[in-house]
Amino acid sequence: MNIVEASGLGKRYGRTWALRECTLKIPAGRVAALVGPNGAGKSTLLNLAVGLSAPSAGEVTVLGGRPAGSMAALDGIAFVAQDTPLYKTLSVADMIYITRSLNRRFDQPFARARLDELGIPLKRRAGKLSGGQQAQLALTLALARRPRLLVLDEPVAMLDPVARHDFMATVLAAASADGMSVLLSSHVLIELERVANYLILLSQGQVRLAGAVNDLLATHGQASLEELAMAYLRENSESEVTR
Amino acid sequence: MTALSMTARRGEDDARLRPVPWRRMAGVTWRQHRVALIGVAVLLGALAVYLWIAGASLHHAYDAAVACHPESSAACQGLDNTVSGMDNFLSNGYILQVLPVLIGAFVGAPVLAREMETGTFRYAWTQGFGRWRWAVAKLVLLAVVVTVAAGAFGALLTWYYQPFLSDNQFLELPKTTPFAPGMFDLRGVGFPAWTLAAFAIGALAGMLIRRVVPAIVATLVVYVGLAFAAAGFLREHYLAPLVVSNYSNVPSNGWTVGQWWTKDGRVAFGDYPPASILNQFCPPTSAGKGGGPSEGWGPCLVQHGYAMWTSYQPTTRFWPFQWIEGGWLLALSLLLIAAAIWLVHRRAA
Repeated sequence: MNIVEASGLGKRYGRTWALRECTLKIPAGRVAALVGPNGAGKSTLLNLAVGLSAPSAGEVTVLGGRPAGSMAALDGIAFVAQDTPLYKTLSVADMIYITRSLNRRFDQPFARARLDELGIPLKRRAGKLSGGQQAQLALTLALARRPRLLVLDEPVAMLDPVARHDFMATVLAAASADGMSVLLSSHVLIELERVANYLILLSQGQVRLAGAVNDLLATHGQASLEELAMAYLRENSESEVTR
Repeated sequence: MTALSMTARRGEDDARLRPVPWRRMAGVTWRQHRVALIGVAVLLGALAVYLWIAGASLHHAYDAAVACHPESSAACQGLDNTVSGMDNFLSNGYILQVLPVLIGAFVGAPVLAREMETGTFRYAWTQGFGRWRWAVAKLVLLAVVVTVAAGAFGALLTWYYQPFLSDNQFLELPKTTPFAPGMFDLRGVGFPAWTLAAFAIGALAGMLIRRVVPAIVATLVVYVGLAFAAAGFLREHYLAPLVVSNYSNVPSNGWTVGQWWTKDGRVAFGDYPPASILNQFCPPTSAGKGGGPSEGWGPCLVQHGYAMWTSYQPTTRFWPFQWIEGGWLLALSLLLIAAAIWLVHRRAA
């Protein structure tokens, strides 16, 4: 089963195409990293996959053929958007209540236990939490929905190294615990090294490279994901220049 | 690390996917909007207490004045003066007319604008409840709550203002018609209907503008424009006015919407005669100076074959007019709320 499947997918804002001719299949059970420089179209692709925006061309399905944004798709996908938007004036307990109310499944004991472990008080307002705690709260709410696909848009961009590590550890633990698929975007390559086993390289709104990390490394003779990505991005920008 | 409990993830069978029940949005909406709703409750509650107390003494004094005989006695005059002296800052409902738009702007405008401004729509619209269902539930629920609260408050206002609209000529209350702005849109179904309209304008403005403060300002501007248009241009046309030929035939509480003069079956002039006619038939020196059509030049022109016509809306049309205005405001509000929901449904993030 493909957790995300796009064919000829495109998104246009005014006259510029943020994403063009995107065709890809991400198999289930992976931790897939969406990599590329700023403005490459990563957020655009994620927004299309979670159904926040509608494609200008082509189509995208999730969770094995469900149209992105449909009720069946929303039910199985949890999305943590960039900068982890939360209702800042509401308490942590209220955020739990709201997320539980808005979903068919919600693992309340898990959410409580995790927040307890993280030392996040239930009575505190979400806006009063530190950046790392807000990210962890947003992630906890997403995981408690028991999604089949977790989508994270630049999840650790705003976090310090310790919070970054803790965040990714939580994601990986959840993924390995119950086979949840993960799709995350990042322009920071180093943090992905440990976690991603599937890579999609985007630049200038187009997919340059997609596949299992081990296969890609073997085929392209690179030692690490970072080198592979860098090599591709360099080559690409040069070809753009020489063209 | 806390392990995910393995009991969850039931009902994954997609064919039988049941949507999250609508009723769950009640608690969600309350938690998100309790500050605004409590604000409305405190505002209306405090005013209601004041209206209740002031209204009770007003009605009491009014009943005493009406029951007093003989009317010309000093005692009765004293009672009349007591009632007149109670005409306070609430008179004619001038101040209270801001209430619907205050409620609409501060409850309605932020509903969607705040989600767009802070980016939380990316959270709300990706939950299992579903995006358009979320918008429907939230807007309909809040619209019903503010309309019901305004309806209750409107009933209180209707009762409070009754003495000012009575036909008792002997009382020296400021004479007003039930169609006057304030007397019309604060009473009956007017108050809840205008409150709902303000809420709907706010909700749509919030979705279009996507910023809380500009959306509130836009709501105020649009509402004031609509209220002025309704009071100044639309309301008098709800039903064809009645026409009478003599000014004294117009009932005292009726709403005069037009006046003109004819001679020999043709319209001669509008509500004021041109100088040429006045100088010809009734020069100011011979017919008394100034004055309205009922004195001075009025009776003089009648002697010269002119006839005055007045078109007006009788007080008996108060309720038909209320239902007409309430009806189109309800239709407009539903349209605006539907437009806001449609924008949520199709908006590209």
